[in-house]
Amino acid sequence: MPHFTKILAAGLVCSTFLVAPAFSAMVPDGTKLAADQTFRYRVLDNINSLDPAIVEDVDTASVVTSIFEGLYNEDAKGNPVPGAASSYDVNADKTVYTFHIRPDAKWTNGDPVTAEDFVYGWQRAVDPKTASNYAYYLGLVGVVNADDIVAGKKPVTDLGVKAVDDKTLEVHLSFSSPWFVKTLAHATMFPSPKAVVEKFGVDWTKPENIVSNGAYKLVENTPGERVVVERNPLYWDNAHTVIDRGEFLTINDENQGLTRFMAGEVDQTDVPAGQFPAMKEQHPDEAYSVPQFCTYYFSINMADSQPNDGLKKQEVREALSLAVDRDVLVNNVLQGGQQPAYIFTNPHTAGFTAPTVPLEGMSQDERDAMAKKLIADAGYGPDHPLKVNYIYNTSEGHKKIAIAVSQMYKEKLGVDMEIQDMEFQTLLDRRHAGDYEMARNAWCGDYNEASTFVSLFDSKSEQNDSHYANAEVDKLLADAKTADDPNPDYAKVEEQVAKDVAIIPIYFYSKVFMQNPAVKGWPYDNVEQIWYLKDLYKVAQ
Amino acid sequence: MLKFILKRLAVAIPTLLVLIVFSFILMKVAPGNPFNGEKKLPKLVLENIYARYGLDKPEWRQLLEYVWNIVAHFDFGPSFQYRDRTVNEIIAQGFPVTLTYGCWSFVVASVVGISMGTLAAIRQNTWLDYFAVGITIGAQAVPNFVMAPILTLIFSLGLHWLPGGGWNNGAWPNVVMPVIALSTSYMANIARIMRSSMLEVLNSNFIRTARAKGLSGGRVLFGHALKPALLPVISYLGPALVGMITGSVVVDVFFSTGGIGSAFVNSALNRDYSTILGITILLGALTIAGNLLVDVLYAWVDPKIRY
Repeated sequence: MPHFTKILAAGLVCSTFLVAPAFSAMVPDGTKLAADQTFRYRVLDNINSLDPAIVEDVDTASVVTSIFEGLYNEDAKGNPVPGAASSYDVNADKTVYTFHIRPDAKWTNGDPVTAEDFVYGWQRAVDPKTASNYAYYLGLVGVVNADDIVAGKKPVTDLGVKAVDDKTLEVHLSFSSPWFVKTLAHATMFPSPKAVVEKFGVDWTKPENIVSNGAYKLVENTPGERVVVERNPLYWDNAHTVIDRGEFLTINDENQGLTRFMAGEVDQTDVPAGQFPAMKEQHPDEAYSVPQFCTYYFSINMADSQPNDGLKKQEVREALSLAVDRDVLVNNVLQGGQQPAYIFTNPHTAGFTAPTVPLEGMSQDERDAMAKKLIADAGYGPDHPLKVNYIYNTSEGHKKIAIAVSQMYKEKLGVDMEIQDMEFQTLLDRRHAGDYEMARNAWCGDYNEASTFVSLFDSKSEQNDSHYANAEVDKLLADAKTADDPNPDYAKVEEQVAKDVAIIPIYFYSKVFMQNPAVKGWPYDNVEQIWYLKDLYKVAQ
Repeated sequence: MLKFILKRLAVAIPTLLVLIVFSFILMKVAPGNPFNGEKKLPKLVLENIYARYGLDKPEWRQLLEYVWNIVAHFDFGPSFQYRDRTVNEIIAQGFPVTLTYGCWSFVVASVVGISMGTLAAIRQNTWLDYFAVGITIGAQAVPNFVMAPILTLIFSLGLHWLPGGGWNNGAWPNVVMPVIALSTSYMANIARIMRSSMLEVLNSNFIRTARAKGLSGGRVLFGHALKPALLPVISYLGPALVGMITGSVVVDVFFSTGGIGSAFVNSALNRDYSTILGITILLGALTIAGNLLVDVLYAWVDPKIRY
């Protein structure tokens, strides 16, 4: 991850939510609630750790956000709303944030939630001894000294966060950040109960030991089967919480998930690839497709060591990008409401205006004609066909896309794309090591600002699997860090990347799911898919 | 006999050691690592994680320490994937689940299989025989990954009799479908083996002698034919028992039982080194025990075999 020093997110006017109302289950007057307020949610078998300092995947995060609470939560649209803190102050250059923790915020054991709990939680997250995958997150969002602590150069006590008193938390940032409050919904920024962690060690998250500060408390955690949480009567906003019990049920097979949804055993489950049109037709009130903050793309290896000379030519890469008929892929192969992608940054990113790259403005016939000309100009033809190798990890959806694209290449350009399927870990290793020609790739934003996407094109970025290096792009990204509005720079980065064809964007994700019509309050418009059990309710049917 | 058992147990220890070393090497050679994700971890973060789990040490030392912890403390180490659990805890939680539905499946498969095979043999070429053979061929032709969704469609979605998944601490409605899905193909195999071996035994000379003595059909069957006819079935039952109690990935995944089968496959896919090794050792030990049990049973069933 590149470390930027200053990013201003347009469309994010922090002063307006200095003191915002709390957000909870918004039940309209006169609503008849269901007698049984249990929400059953399908998860994959990856509830790895309920320790907020360690959690890394979305399913686990959904459990952790129900049992813990950070300073600020997100509302249904993704805007920050007060959580364990009731308000904050910020200095003029937006480098010092002071949070005021609610007097009535309590842990499940009755102890008050204090500023010290947050200091301890954040220090744990960056402590090399904790060994968190997300240790870098605090440095990313700008907390002073976070990177040096992760590197073992400074003690954890040097972290730029301190408890002024029991209920006042002061955070020092290494750069001016108007969007810092937006980063607080991430589990890495949650508090930890020091006495409990020190007493039980790694066992502190076991149901019999855990002490948490969220709207729910953990009652069962059986890996591979289920995690059960129940309402926490000590939660400060318990009066506005409606759902009594949450069950996170492990169902690895999507089709089995759908069968169990139909049998009424789960309230929400993902729709398997290709089944959305049928579901939408048969169950129009239950099938949903909403935008998701991720981009699916092909990485092209541009490193000098990459042996395929064809891919080193810009016109060849451009032809390969032009020949991909994204409309066919999203409408005929995926069929789940995905959007064709011609750039990398997700169009739902706050403050970002997507540039219209030439590729997007053309019809597919025009693209195909241009692709044919480019590939011929590059010296490839029927008697001298271009050969490329494409790797992807075993999955029905990835396979369908690989086959469809190789077909398009063969028919339109006479290019032989050899597709090679492999285990996920093998793909990751080869992609990270630069041992490939073309590879399936996907990226989901960590926070709602365009740098979470475009920073991958920085030649120094560890996530730059394409080994793409363009001095102009590096300069634009550096400039963006100090610009008042970095979004024009981001747009220029996208334009340059589209010209160089460093990647082939394919589509923007959508989350395709079935939901029990009794469930209300789901944040369909939160593109990061951050949801809170406490904001939901079930109506009587 | 006791000497034989002790000798076999003594051989089991080096066998397990070879298994550990071999699995350890295979695991390290496989690409990837347990902390790899779509997003590449910063180098420093990865180094901290490696240090936390001792993966920064030379590989021979990791192996020695691993074996030492097992021998001295019976400690299989922390899981890398389930970061707040140890491998001992994962096995302690998952194995009883698998053992429960595995034992039920074993009982169902052997009782139904042996009875069906015997019935088919003594009523050879009657409708009963055709019926039993039909069922076994059908059960064999439908693998459990087809059987499991069919069962849920019928019993969960159609009839609403049984929950489509979960374990619920082993409540019987949760156990029924995993047992049916797991036991059918074993049951079919047992029935097939039983039928052919029973037919062979019934046509042998000593049975003709027994019949000539004027013994009743039941005495001939239970007193003379059953024991020798069981011999090939027993050699199949050993591995079948181990196969069933160590769980089926398909059953675990489909019915979300939380058993050891899905943990095994997940740990392999996620390169959760310590969990793969822990479960491999468990499966290895069970296989060795299962084979030993078969050999002991052999001696009991067949008087010609003496150790």
